[in-house]
Amino acid sequence: MSNHAIPVAKDNDGKNIWKFLVSEFKPKGKIFTPFNIISAPIILLGIVLIVIRFWKGIGSVTNLTQEVPWGLWIGFDVVTGVAFAGGAYVITFMVYILNNRKYHSIVRVTVLNGFLAYVFYAGALLLDLGRPWNVVNPIIGNSFGTNSVLFLVAWHFLLYMLAELIEFSPAIAEWLGAKRARKILSGMTIAAVIFGITLSTLHQSGLGALFLMARDKIHPLWYSEFIPVMFLVSSIFAGLSMVIFEGSISSRVFSSQISEKHHGEHNNIVISLSRICAGAMLAYFFLNVLVFIHDRHWDLLNTPMGYWYLLEMIGFVLVPMMLFFYSYRRKSLNLIKVAAIITMLGVILNRLNVTVIGFKWEEAVRYVPSWMELVITLTVIFTEIWIFRWVVRRMPVLRDSPLWAKDEK
Amino acid sequence: MGLDRRNFMKALGLTGVTLAAGNSLKAAPVKGEEVEFFGVLYDSTRCVGCQTCEITCAETHGFPAPTDAPTAGVIRKTSENCRTVVNLFNTSKGEVYTKNQCMHCNEPACVAACLTQAMYKTKEGPVIWRGNKCMGCRYCMVSCPFDVPKFEYFSSNPRIIKCDMCYDRIKEGKIPACAENCPAEAITFGTRRDLIREARKRIHDQPDVYADFIYGEDEVGGTGELYVSPVPPIESGFKTTLLNESYPSLSKGFLYTVPSVFVLVPVFLLGIHEATKNNHHNEGDDNE
Repeated sequence: MSNHAIPVAKDNDGKNIWKFLVSEFKPKGKIFTPFNIISAPIILLGIVLIVIRFWKGIGSVTNLTQEVPWGLWIGFDVVTGVAFAGGAYVITFMVYILNNRKYHSIVRVTVLNGFLAYVFYAGALLLDLGRPWNVVNPIIGNSFGTNSVLFLVAWHFLLYMLAELIEFSPAIAEWLGAKRARKILSGMTIAAVIFGITLSTLHQSGLGALFLMARDKIHPLWYSEFIPVMFLVSSIFAGLSMVIFEGSISSRVFSSQISEKHHGEHNNIVISLSRICAGAMLAYFFLNVLVFIHDRHWDLLNTPMGYWYLLEMIGFVLVPMMLFFYSYRRKSLNLIKVAAIITMLGVILNRLNVTVIGFKWEEAVRYVPSWMELVITLTVIFTEIWIFRWVVRRMPVLRDSPLWAKDEK
Repeated sequence: MGLDRRNFMKALGLTGVTLAAGNSLKAAPVKGEEVEFFGVLYDSTRCVGCQTCEITCAETHGFPAPTDAPTAGVIRKTSENCRTVVNLFNTSKGEVYTKNQCMHCNEPACVAACLTQAMYKTKEGPVIWRGNKCMGCRYCMVSCPFDVPKFEYFSSNPRIIKCDMCYDRIKEGKIPACAENCPAEAITFGTRRDLIREARKRIHDQPDVYADFIYGEDEVGGTGELYVSPVPPIESGFKTTLLNESYPSLSKGFLYTVPSVFVLVPVFLLGIHEATKNNHHNEGDDNE
């Protein structure tokens, strides 16, 4: 943000930018909310555990084994977290590419969510790296492992974070009152959106492609050469369910930020999103059926893992899909929220099935995450929510842009 | 190994980073220069399970000497303290030993998985790990079909531990410690081509001693470690469900779509954007 500093000082209507920033860093809103009381101690504990992890090694806080080298931090934080961040590319696609202005009021909050999700969940990758000081190696070019899917994913994370930051940057400029910077930055939006969507299609699927070489380790009901396609398609409804879920919470927590007009719009948006979710889930379900029939795993259905697979496919894909369709017809917001939550659980289930539960399913000693892994995961999530709240309370994310920004154009 | 160059070109497109060109192209083998990988042939019919290979391996690489002995029914595993183990199997032809270590695949999954080229297939054949490049992501462990790479979970400066075919010794003109010290001559070091010839000869000359297979000739696209045994592979602890093609080829299809996606999707998106621009003006009470 250093490039903002110069225009800011001039454009901010004579206000002293440093005083402004210092005042903005003070907490706004109540301190002793239930959320804070729960999350603060967990975050503190998590920080202690993170220190131990870097001091004594990954094994001191995780239950990872030589056979299962990726656990909760990759399977949930990274793989699932990034799927949930998929809403950003879907919404920007509809608003900026299809020019469907209906969704415009949720673009910023979705992009902010996506951006923070990448920063934190992809950032959680650093916790999982044994030798994090070498993390720059695939970036600075002294050793490009260009055959690696992870190389692609790493680059995409980095570039996509940049793209999302650019998409979100007009809000930062409005917050700082940087008029000229805002003009330049919003001019870059469409390029960032196109770049961002392209990156998203590749790394959402790339996260699935990571597991293609683990052919013999993943349960055959979850392994197929179509994992990348499945991951891409499911990221659409994973991301949108997250948008619905996050929206229903934000509209309550931050209701003072949202104008009457947007409040009314929001219900319409949620209803249309539910239809898109249902459509994407229909495609996803159909794809799964095709792959299943193609791979002919009928015999595997009548095993414990088979029941687990059926539970995922029927209980967490087919049921919420029908619920989305039904609640769309009935225009029932509450049912849509229920469907979104079931869908999100289903996506978590699916990602964990591929990465953790179905991984080395035959091992005698199974990997089960330690409580410390869970606490660190919660730390990552809570910290993200804290930052999200900090930004929403200060920048025009949910609330309308300042008048000067509207007048432009 | 033309894989390197082709994938490199793709990655070039996908990252737009042109600076890498010099480096990676040099790494690709020069055309016409035949690569002759070294390998190791392990003969189960000769192995007596004396663990000399385990002991000399531990000595050479600074690990503690083994404390347990091969026992039928117990699968001993390599670990972050041990690069090779010998296991005992009760088979249809009696007790059979099988040595376990890195297979040094011709096209290793771990090398394709590594995003920093820390896992590296040397031109001599051994697959080695280079600590100055590794960032400890453990994707090599996820990808290796033989579960070979091990990780030091209880270190703040963890390493990946695996057999490197004594690469340092090979560079000095010596042979791997296990092959040099095996009293039963069960471990033979040589070029892969020669070893396959030797293995075929043994099977041909003594058809009643050897089962008719060379494990590693075709498995996962061929490995540097080759095995002959008196019993079929399934009886003496080998993975028999592996593909006979190289594992990097499993993600090749995905990687090959990357350049087309990277070129076509933005064009497509821009096209739709232009085509739908008017919608925006018609509704147009929004400001941005």
